[in-house]
Amino acid sequence: MSVLRLELDAIAIAYGAMQVLEDISLTVQSGEFVSILGPSGAGKSTLFRILTGAASSQSGEIRFDGRPISTQDRPFAFMPQRDALMPWRRIIDNCTLGLEVQGMSRRDARAKVAPLLAEFGLVGFERHYPAALSGGMRQRAALLRTVVQERPMLLLDEPFGALDALTRSRMQAWLETMWENHSWTALLVTHDVREAVMLSDRIYILSPRPARIVREISIDLPRPRLADHAIRAKAAAIEADILDTLFSFQEEPTP
Amino acid sequence: MAFDAQSRRGTPLSRHVCRHLPAIGAIAAIFVLWEAYVRLSGISATALPSPSDVVEQAWINRDALWRNTLPTLAATLAGFGCSLIVAFALSIVVDFSPLLRRALFPVFIASQTLPLVAIAPLVVLWFGFGLLPKILLVALVTFFPMLVALVEGYAATEREIEELLASMGASGTRRFVTARLPSALPYFFAGLRISVTYAVVGAIFAEYAGAVSGLGIYILTAKNNFRPDLVLAAVLVSSLLTLALFGATILLQRIVMPWASPAKEIRP
Repeated sequence: MSVLRLELDAIAIAYGAMQVLEDISLTVQSGEFVSILGPSGAGKSTLFRILTGAASSQSGEIRFDGRPISTQDRPFAFMPQRDALMPWRRIIDNCTLGLEVQGMSRRDARAKVAPLLAEFGLVGFERHYPAALSGGMRQRAALLRTVVQERPMLLLDEPFGALDALTRSRMQAWLETMWENHSWTALLVTHDVREAVMLSDRIYILSPRPARIVREISIDLPRPRLADHAIRAKAAAIEADILDTLFSFQEEPTP
Repeated sequence: MAFDAQSRRGTPLSRHVCRHLPAIGAIAAIFVLWEAYVRLSGISATALPSPSDVVEQAWINRDALWRNTLPTLAATLAGFGCSLIVAFALSIVVDFSPLLRRALFPVFIASQTLPLVAIAPLVVLWFGFGLLPKILLVALVTFFPMLVALVEGYAATEREIEELLASMGASGTRRFVTARLPSALPYFFAGLRISVTYAVVGAIFAEYAGAVSGLGIYILTAKNNFRPDLVLAAVLVSSLLTLALFGATILLQRIVMPWASPAKEIRP
């Protein structure tokens, strides 16, 4: 049915004597939204660092569209935990950053970003500096900066972690509709169970460090999920089930 | 709210005065106490002239003071300019090369341990009474704070921003220009504000060690003629000069870093 887009095979990494990732194997299909859920400090962000090339794994293989991933020209658009907007660039110029790095002229990049501003709720704010925007708007600008690069796959590292609960729910609902409209392929790292259940087609649960994948769950709920009361109730049951798994981990032995 | 914003925008001068009222009051109090002490104690004017005397003498000698201020200003600006260029170039070098950083930093620090009292006459001896030794001495005292400010500024770049750029495939040069350089700007201006005050003092000191004209040599001559009122008049001018340059750096920062002034561009 769908094409296998990303394939991680037995990825492992250690920092000195500390094994961070032990054996991570997972797949993401084209057009699929997959989440990686795990306790904090489990190495979720490390996994992203390996994918973006900021760190390299000691063993295992990463394949993209069936081919081993090259060190140059990664197929990912990465959205970091905090928005990482540059305070000295106006919103529009923050959004064009990836395009400019790819070699597009500022003018062309702006022309490409401009039609997307409405969908991201940023019309009228393109000339503002990030400091003048609310947390939710900044996060939408960061996502716009990510998707406009038109890379084959999105990597979202706890994109809403820094927002207050209400804004986060709104942003999740917004992202859900956005994902429905565009056929993005996305890998999301989060420790928010609800976020994972609401947004994902599949969820991988990581163990505490050294991280392994302990469980894979398919979420077969119809979309949109956040707006529908009955679906939210079903989702709650899945959330409880996942929480049981997370709680079953023993407390990390303190060194 | 609208009224508030409008009234604030309408009277910028009075708002500035209000904000600086404590500072103005403190300075005024010092001068009043000084004046009162001189008048009541009957101290001789050759020992401590009153502030009104100083201002009066400054006005009477305004032509001579102005003639001597220009060379000092020239030495300050030229020396500071050289120092900025060298500090910027070296900051880039040490940012890209940790090896050179380890090699050069001790040398830079050593350059700051040289006592100006000893080095100023030597530089004058080597390079004469012209502008060059002043430029060198001003550069010497301002170079290090500028370099440190820049290097620390680069290091203060948000790690997320750099990782983001790396994930986009940005080269080292691109990362420097797009992220590290703008990140260093607040540090740069902090360093600039400190250095500019050093610069004027450095220039005067260099002139003191030997010069044809300048505030330093004016102070030296006035002192030798037992004219403390003229010494203080020159000090007054150098203070005003420093304040003016300090103000210029703040103005420059507002222009270069518009995102950092919260008065503009706030939510509609």
